[in-house]
Amino acid sequence: MLAAVLVMAAIALLVGGVLGYAAVRFRVEGDPLADKIDALLPQTQCGQCGHPGCKPYAQAIAEGSAEINQCPPGGEDGIRRLAELLGKEFKPLNAEHGQPKPKSVAVIDEAVCIGCTLCIQACPVDAILGASKQMHTVLAAECTGCELCVAPCPVDCITVQPIAEDLANWKWKYPAVPLKDVA
Amino acid sequence: MRQLFRFHGGVHPPEHKAVSSAAPIVQARLPQRLIVPLRQHIGTSARACVAVGDKVLKGQTIGRAEGYVSAAVHAPTSGTVVAIDMRPVAHPSGLSDLCIVIEADGDDRWIERTLLDLARMDASHVRNRLRDLGLAGLGGAVFPSFIKLNPGATAKVPTLVINGAECEPWITCDDRLMRERAQDILTGARIMATLLHATDILVGVEDNKPEALAALQAAARSLDFPADIVAVPTLYPGGGAKQLIQVLTGKEAPSGGRSTDIGVQCFNVGTAYALARAVQHGEPLMSRIVTVTGAVARPQNYEVLLGTPMAELLEQAGRTSEANGVIMGGPMMGFDIADTAAPVVKATNCLLVKSPKLFPPLPRTMPCIRCGACARACPARLQPQELYWFARAKNFGKTQEYHLFDCIECGCCNYVCPSHLPLVDYYRYAKSEIWAREQEKNAADLARRRHESRVSRLEREKAERAERLAAKAPVKKAQATVPPDSAQAAARKALAAETLARVQAKQAAAAPEPLDPPASS
Repeated sequence: MLAAVLVMAAIALLVGGVLGYAAVRFRVEGDPLADKIDALLPQTQCGQCGHPGCKPYAQAIAEGSAEINQCPPGGEDGIRRLAELLGKEFKPLNAEHGQPKPKSVAVIDEAVCIGCTLCIQACPVDAILGASKQMHTVLAAECTGCELCVAPCPVDCITVQPIAEDLANWKWKYPAVPLKDVA
Repeated sequence: MRQLFRFHGGVHPPEHKAVSSAAPIVQARLPQRLIVPLRQHIGTSARACVAVGDKVLKGQTIGRAEGYVSAAVHAPTSGTVVAIDMRPVAHPSGLSDLCIVIEADGDDRWIERTLLDLARMDASHVRNRLRDLGLAGLGGAVFPSFIKLNPGATAKVPTLVINGAECEPWITCDDRLMRERAQDILTGARIMATLLHATDILVGVEDNKPEALAALQAAARSLDFPADIVAVPTLYPGGGAKQLIQVLTGKEAPSGGRSTDIGVQCFNVGTAYALARAVQHGEPLMSRIVTVTGAVARPQNYEVLLGTPMAELLEQAGRTSEANGVIMGGPMMGFDIADTAAPVVKATNCLLVKSPKLFPPLPRTMPCIRCGACARACPARLQPQELYWFARAKNFGKTQEYHLFDCIECGCCNYVCPSHLPLVDYYRYAKSEIWAREQEKNAADLARRRHESRVSRLEREKAERAERLAAKAPVKKAQATVPPDSAQAAARKALAAETLARVQAKQAAAAPEPLDPPASS
């Protein structure tokens, strides 16, 4: 009886020690789940989800304090991918956070711009170039179309325009197979 | 006799080559206006280097190569640049692209040409010149040739394949070129072999072109050029680069790889001809042979200046009343041209005019019955029926697992499908969706990096500001606690004491007065 208790206690101590050592030795820095979620988010950094950027939203989802249907730029596809990753049910996009829009880019009307730098401070990805009392312009290739620069502009010279289809971004359409001959 | 191999699958569509192969190549008329698109090759568009109103000479560079995978474009005749704007171009989307419009002056005056002295120039200089002469593959993919002519730092490409198979029905531009200009083609092949250090030169021609084979053999004898002119069996898509290489060498390029991985480089006969013209005459690539065939009055091959509107070329070939559409390329791989105002470009090997008689509408599509006919016909040994189901369900991950990107879009599966499903359309759709997602992912990664660097910059600035404030704080404190024995402090203290004393004295002097009762009343 005593021997059995001792053996069990010894095994428990040994295993506990190994696990404790492993927890310290192989500690994972950061939150791998939040990183995985962040990789699926569109990185628009628009804040429509109610968090100051995609990473904080990813952390909130990982902690369970935010829903997966708060990201309009990610759209239904994004929600589906998050649901798949997290093993959750798919939910339609929460309309409180906005509607998905076509991919867009901010355009500054350079004739109207007064060079106040407010939009530069608002841009989450440093995609606006300019200096105080100098004309500002948008680096179109870096712009995520988040619209955060629109509200701060005191002269309303920023518009967000959908990206037009051209030969570089044209895609083959889903084949339309006629089900019935229309006479 | 060389041992030949065969590739998997393939089909025998009706050839229709005799329609246009009998008549010799004729020079197309000089159009009044030429529309030269800046994007005529795979890769980055060329950048315009002329302005509206400029006078240009024939062969003058009007668009410079931009980036590595790019090639220059040239004025096909002398004249004036009248516009640089968006025009409809030859593309399945029917969209417009940036074009330089030249009003021809009719003189067709050449710019001064300098020949390429291969003996004295080093190979990389030659390749740069070829890029500036706008050389790109004329077989269909229009990949800038100078890149393919680079054997790499140490490697050499032992086998050079010149592709004269021309397997697509209706098209005869390579056939006529081989019959009429075989010597120039082999001269080009010799230059390619020199640049690639190739020792084994093979010219593959399908055996339905005996005149072309004879012409090439005669030219090889007269040039004393040790090229092996090989008749390969006629089987579509035997003119696909990978298929022709397999037939000639028995080697197969690895999945997702290039033919150079197995030591073979492949060029179209048209490219070899253009290379010979570029080296021996300093001529940039600004014209090509185009087959105009199908429902036209005079189906034959034309030597056409790039930039000639398709409508003008079709006019010259003679319109017929039953024509109801134009395909650029052949019936297997070509695409419909939405607007014949679009110009002939480096990729235009054929304009095939459709008519209801030649191309009756396909029967209604039916569901896939999983018969496997497409898998037996597929030259890339794929499972087209599986790819079809996955692409249709938008399951793009699975399509990639089934090697979607090894599909060469030859259309054999479409051709044999008993249900007439547009299979290749599904593969093209899936490919372009996958590319778009790849691009989106790259854009998201860029945005993430930029956002992270911005956040860390703001934090650093905040920390620096706090540090500066912290560095200033002790100085202020030190000023505030100056020792009292300093002269200034003493003087201030004395002043304060003096003022206090004065005020007190004043108050003392003023106060008693009202309190004092009048001495006498």
